[in-house]
Amino acid sequence: MTKKTAYDKVQAARHPSKITADNLISALFEDFIELHGDRHNKDDEAIKAGIGTLNHQPVTIIATQKGTDTKENIDRHFGSPEPQGYRKALRLMKEAERFNRPIITFVNTPGAYPGVDAEYNGQGDAIAQCLIEGAQLSVPYLSVIYGEGGSGGALALACGDQVWMFENSTYSVLSPEGYAAILWKDAKLVEQASEDLKLTPEQLIKEEIIDKIVPEVNDITSAKKLQKLLTAEIDKLQALSTEDLLNQRKQRFRKF
Amino acid sequence: MTQNNLFQSPTPEQLTERMDHIPSNTMMACPYCQTKFFKTQLDEFRQCPECHYGFRLLAHDRIKLLCDSFEETEKDLAPSATDFPDEKYQNKIKQAKANTGLNESVLTGIAKIADQDLALGVMDPYFIMGSLGSQTGEKITRLFELATKKKLPVVLFTASGGARMQERIFSLMQMAKVSRAVSEHKKAGLFYLTVLTDPTTGGVTASFAMQGNITMAEPHALIGFAGQRVIEQTIHQKAPKDFQRAETLMKNGFVDLITPRDKQKEVIAKLLRWHQAK
Repeated sequence: MTKKTAYDKVQAARHPSKITADNLISALFEDFIELHGDRHNKDDEAIKAGIGTLNHQPVTIIATQKGTDTKENIDRHFGSPEPQGYRKALRLMKEAERFNRPIITFVNTPGAYPGVDAEYNGQGDAIAQCLIEGAQLSVPYLSVIYGEGGSGGALALACGDQVWMFENSTYSVLSPEGYAAILWKDAKLVEQASEDLKLTPEQLIKEEIIDKIVPEVNDITSAKKLQKLLTAEIDKLQALSTEDLLNQRKQRFRKF
Repeated sequence: MTQNNLFQSPTPEQLTERMDHIPSNTMMACPYCQTKFFKTQLDEFRQCPECHYGFRLLAHDRIKLLCDSFEETEKDLAPSATDFPDEKYQNKIKQAKANTGLNESVLTGIAKIADQDLALGVMDPYFIMGSLGSQTGEKITRLFELATKKKLPVVLFTASGGARMQERIFSLMQMAKVSRAVSEHKKAGLFYLTVLTDPTTGGVTASFAMQGNITMAEPHALIGFAGQRVIEQTIHQKAPKDFQRAETLMKNGFVDLITPRDKQKEVIAKLLRWHQAK
């Protein structure tokens, strides 16, 4: 087998056969109750969130989700959350903090949704609040990028204690298409752009942007494996005092 | 000149001839309201005489307009370009430094406005369009850390095209790094005022520009998250006029007040006085 190029990773991360948020949640958690809405004006379907149990302990789960057919994809803007999605996520994170529940986020998004209404509803503000509040949440906050990690829209849900990536996933400041279009005015140079962006998990772990690479979840064995890793990490983070937890989180981002 | 042609509008030929007699550098046009006016009508604040749109300002010039005293911090911090050895990018940095007299896209320091001490940051639109590089983020982070330590309020003028993509994911991480520093400053009960200037977009809007206790904007400043072209490609139609201007954001609830430059010093001084640290 030849070595995968960065662009191969981009394609694998976006592949239609990539596990859905629904399947990922039911594979990893024994139980799950979905919760809806931002308490202002909308329930954004690009984000699926709720409370589930991991190894019989309640945790708050927040996942961006793409659709499996055209209708779902339109409703979910192909996995790009609107401001209301980020506000729903933040509302549930604050609830998690209130009841001392760990937070696990699953990210697969090309980025926050670029639309006129999204601008009117304060897309920038919604992400900014996730970042500033996320910095001080007093419960363990762990993120897994399971497909595309696109820009600020991904970072908004990945600013906690640990950031992990699936083998076939990417994380970058903007899409390779966008990078190529802006730098070289040619979106077709996407393969070169993928290389330059160093967006693969292997490159990102070297730069300490992420903490762990985990195998794709595609059967019971791989699900059990990730379940075990998550449980162990949550246990480790829960053993820390709030002060140590927040200090460690501070150091994690201060070094960049 | 007879009575008759005094009231006649000039022919295009006559107009062209007249234009030929006006030196090309005497007139300028407002990029917002398109009004053409004589350069001499532009005041020290560089505002459009018609609509008060604020023309882009060098950070050093803004400091002179605003502060009674200013002591620069992190002046010797090396630009991050050394970690990104792309020649084109290195040259861009070199050019930007020469144009602005800054080491990065933000100028930071301890200032005095109307007898009040504050930590002040001013982003410079002439430094690679104020883009958020690693050292931009570092300077702003250190400004907040210093302000938290010294119990000072922070006033930050934003101007940015967004994340600096030449610095890849490290540019993105600045949003989280600065946000954390802002959160510590906030936790200490200190006041943070943002002043959004033209343009404030992308990753800066999606982080510290929108985290102030009070959000001020300059008239008609472009403020948004996604770029207009990206949005138009997504929705396949033209975006409405002014949908990302300061006035629209205020109407939609994301900006507290719009203050033209000639009034800023007075308003900022008042807000600082009303937010003294306990």
